[in-house]
Amino acid sequence: MYPRPFEYRAVTTVDEALRVLHEVEDGKVLAGGQSLLPLMKLRLASPGVLVDISGIPDLSYIRPQGENAVEIGSLTTHDTVAHSALLQERCPILPAAARGIADQQIRNRGTIGGSSCHADPASDLPPTLLALDAEFSIVGPKGSRTVPAKEFFVDLFETQVQRDEILHHIQVPTLGPQWGWSYTKFNRREGDYPIVGVAILVRLDSHGRRLEEVRIGLAAVNPTPCRARAAERFLQGQEISPAILKEAAHRSTEGLHPGSDMHGSSQYRRDMVQVFVRRGLEEAVTRARLAGGNP
Amino acid sequence: MKRKVSLRVNGEEREGWAEDRMLLVHFLRDELNLTGTHIGCDTGHCGACTVLLDGKSVKSCMVLAVQAQGRKVETIEGLEREGKLHPLQEAFREHHGLQCGYCTPGMILSSLYLLRHNPSPSEEEIRRAISGNLCRCTGYVNIVKAVRAASERMATRVEAPSTEETG
Ligand SMILES: Cc1cc2nc3c(=O)[nH]c(=O)nc-3n(C[C@H](O)[C@H](O)[C@H](O)COP(=O)(O)OP(=O)(O)OC[C@H]3O[C@@H](n4cnc5c(N)ncnc54)[C@H](O)[C@@H]3O)c2cc1C
Ligand code: FES
Ligand code: FES
Repeated sequence: MYPRPFEYRAVTTVDEALRVLHEVEDGKVLAGGQSLLPLMKLRLASPGVLVDISGIPDLSYIRPQGENAVEIGSLTTHDTVAHSALLQERCPILPAAARGIADQQIRNRGTIGGSSCHADPASDLPPTLLALDAEFSIVGPKGSRTVPAKEFFVDLFETQVQRDEILHHIQVPTLGPQWGWSYTKFNRREGDYPIVGVAILVRLDSHGRRLEEVRIGLAAVNPTPCRARAAERFLQGQEISPAILKEAAHRSTEGLHPGSDMHGSSQYRRDMVQVFVRRGLEEAVTRARLAGGNP
Repeated sequence: MKRKVSLRVNGEEREGWAEDRMLLVHFLRDELNLTGTHIGCDTGHCGACTVLLDGKSVKSCMVLAVQAQGRKVETIEGLEREGKLHPLQEAFREHHGLQCGYCTPGMILSSLYLLRHNPSPSEEEIRRAISGNLCRCTGYVNIVKAVRAASERMATRVEAPSTEETG
């Protein structure tokens, strides 16, 4: 199976990539190719020029930004994220989500930037980055800008990144000891996309009894990855109890419009969101209590 | 337009011509005549086309041939040494890790990647490592056994290279 003909341009610097994207009419960035190449083979995408950025050395890195954040270059592969000791220490939800993506071969090539820019609502990293309130740094002909996660994902397969821009890096926060997290991917076969994906972060008070802050990112239930804001608001400041978590799970489907496909109907997805939000909250609370010394 | 692509395949310098849109798997099979790498689904799901690119397992139907320019590729043809099968190949044969053999080259390359990074994997780790490789025949049980057996054999080989050479 071949894609339609196109011109291949390999670039080695960000400036060169931006120049080529600016010069050509229908250029498209190629990173790991694990979403774009299948789309091109299926003739769902047919760019005239493929600008291969995978050879740009300075876009593949994970480094600390002071004490409170970690910066991840857009070409960092899922496999590298999954095995990063720095992320494991500061932001362990992200390696956990990356470990469940597809399979080893795809994790060896697929990148965090590609996954973010592709913005498939059924992928694992976007809801996790939303829950983390990550920041996306984009470079283009007019310079660079930083976009918060809640504005980055615009619509189905659409982000703030314009045709002549590239995503440079993503910044995620360090989660202190009062934070707990969970990432639950619900699928039927190892490596499949999630039928429902739930990324949860909770911050507890120093006694481990009250929820100071809750963030819930959801995959595969809307045209874009999204947050369960109604449930988050409901939980903020609450004393933790099974009844409260259950009620929050119930509210987590407010405003969702999941589609139906062969993996599950819309109603089924709503039901599963409720199940996995409740379980995910329990897991995240348990982690936070252990980390904060309040088991 | 076709470009010349030069790369190192199984330790040998090779070159061939590729249209920009040619996938690495077609280049290996049609241009370099290395037909050991198979094509199953062509959409990134089955893993039959798995090769190592600069030491990393990849699905060669999801990489462009031109992207392999100047890089190292390892395929199933490169595993045997001086007429002797690689321990993974031996183990697949001994433990009936294959029936029709269609998935086998990809399965073995994924296993090789695993054993290079994790020389004594658990059953769970083996199963996860080959989850991107589909087999329609064996039911996987014997594949897992074969990888386990190969890992044991390769471990003793590393510890006692001299026995290997003399015997
Ligand atoms: C069989 C299979 C199973 C999969 N399973 C999962 C799964 O379970 N969970 C999951 O989350 N994902 C899954 N994926 C998708 C995988 O994670 C992809 O790697 C990822 O979505 C795309 O990353 P990439 O680097 O390969 O991007 P590419 O395919 O190269 O690009 C994707 C899109 O992003 C654009 N782009 C890429 N990088 C940049 C950049 N830096 N700046 C601007 N634009 C950019 C490209 O132009 C293109 O439009 C699967 C893929 C396959 C083939
Ligand atoms: S042929 Fe490449 S993954 Fe199936
Ligand atoms: S042996 Fe036939 S597909 Fe695996």
